[in-house]
Amino acid sequence: MYNKTVMDHFRNPRNVGVIENADGIGEVGNPLCGDMMTIYLKVNADRIADIKFQTFGCGSAIAVSSMLTEIAAGKTIAEAKKITNKDVAAALEGLPKNKLHCSNLGADALHMAIQDYEDRKAGITRAEPRRKDEHVHTHGEKCYCPYCDIELTENATFCDACQSSLKEEH
Amino acid sequence: MKLINFDHISANPILPEVKEAMIEAINNDYHNPSSQHRAGEQAAAAIEQARQSVAKLINAAASKEIVFTSGGTESVNHAIKGAALANSEKGKHIVTSNIEHNAVIRSLRRLKSAGFRVTSLAVDKTGRVDPHDISEAITDETILVSIMHSNNETGTIQPIEEISRITRQKKVIFHTDAVDSVGVVPIDVQKLGVDLLSMAANTFYGPSGVGGLYIRRGTRVFPLLDGGVQENNKRAGTENLIGIIAMGKAADIAERDLAARLAHLKRLKDKFIDELPDYIDEYIINTHAPYSLPNLVSISIKYIEGESVLLMLDDDGFAISTRSACATGSLRASHVLLSLGLSHADAQGTLVLSFGMDNTEADVTALLESLKKVVTTLREISPLYKI
Repeated sequence: MYNKTVMDHFRNPRNVGVIENADGIGEVGNPLCGDMMTIYLKVNADRIADIKFQTFGCGSAIAVSSMLTEIAAGKTIAEAKKITNKDVAAALEGLPKNKLHCSNLGADALHMAIQDYEDRKAGITRAEPRRKDEHVHTHGEKCYCPYCDIELTENATFCDACQSSLKEEH
Repeated sequence: MKLINFDHISANPILPEVKEAMIEAINNDYHNPSSQHRAGEQAAAAIEQARQSVAKLINAAASKEIVFTSGGTESVNHAIKGAALANSEKGKHIVTSNIEHNAVIRSLRRLKSAGFRVTSLAVDKTGRVDPHDISEAITDETILVSIMHSNNETGTIQPIEEISRITRQKKVIFHTDAVDSVGVVPIDVQKLGVDLLSMAANTFYGPSGVGGLYIRRGTRVFPLLDGGVQENNKRAGTENLIGIIAMGKAADIAERDLAARLAHLKRLKDKFIDELPDYIDEYIINTHAPYSLPNLVSISIKYIEGESVLLMLDDDGFAISTRSACATGSLRASHVLLSLGLSHADAQGTLVLSFGMDNTEADVTALLESLKKVVTTLREISPLYKI
């Protein structure tokens, strides 16, 4: 199911853990499937000096987290902001179609951690780490039926192809 | 490396005796059972013998009450759509439960789009339907009740006998999806009191691609496949002779070995459940004795996700199944687990372990050891796990 690169990052995940007194924390959750990812940043001279992650999720979610931390480590904040979900998926040499949404989780968590870092620098404090709960697209930018995988319009509530009624997330 | 199979609910190995029967059947070069010459009659006789074996396994009154199908899914589709269409002048209401297999759920969804009404009943925390709820749900319009015998995700066995007392009194057709039960636990259609019962040969170590539907004499059911007069006019199409002969052989063996199978499987399951606390903590067992299959246990391990566990156990040489949303095509938490009241996060960590005759107690110990290692590794990665 997964390619060698994905399996390698899943079996030997890089940068697992927590950074005590982190400069930025990003936490994202996917209420549809229940996955959760937390990214911790240590920033030094505007550069990501250390990055760690914790992930509750499937093989793909763990591999995405691991690869993301490898890509982001050592980058400047401006560079790290430009890392996209596609970059992570590409570095992993592709993910199964129904697992692409896991890569969204990764970049989202990183961007949220950066936002948290910038907010803290600007004096905005939060009791809880920033959390993103909305998750509408499960398959990247476009919408697909979770049952038969046919492309749908964004606000579809019913899939004509397989006669399935749909919830908001697809 | 050959995987040790703890995923028998997905596939059972074909028994050596059944394989032999299949090879012999292939070498016999059987003719078309519908042909009237001697070669055809020989083929028809082979089918009849298999039909009697399957009838005997479930204590059907006559072999004619068994229709061979392409498997559990076809049997279920046939039972539900066939009964609904044949009885629609009487009414268009069907009663079912929230934890049925997709073959039932989607057959009913199809019927809904054709104007049938469906009442789907909730289950209690142990996954069982309350027969009283069925009694309440049945109206003058109700033509069919479909409740599974055992659940494929949790192994929970439903109170079928109690439900059939109600359906008989109210003269409503009762179908049970017994695909995961026949050949695993004793199934007696007279005791159960059902009118329709779906089964699959692979559950009792026959090949996949062949199954059966029990249709009690006098039950009005339309064929799913129209065409010739095969299967007593209930299922058109030239028969899957090799598969049917294999199913008959597997049924003979299942009947002969049922008590030994029960004892072996229960020993493995009990060992797993009894010894699990020595290996891991913080989990939920979704399989509730005494109402459960002897060969299946569903556990939700907290703070970790099932597909990750599956992949790591695969590396260690074990095949298991998970009900994590990540591992389904739809990426949704299992409707069965949510019906039991599990949270999405706990549903994510759900493993289904199903034991078979090819497993030993040493296999179970090896699985427990590997599971401990995998759970520890994944919890170290998980943000939900706080030491």
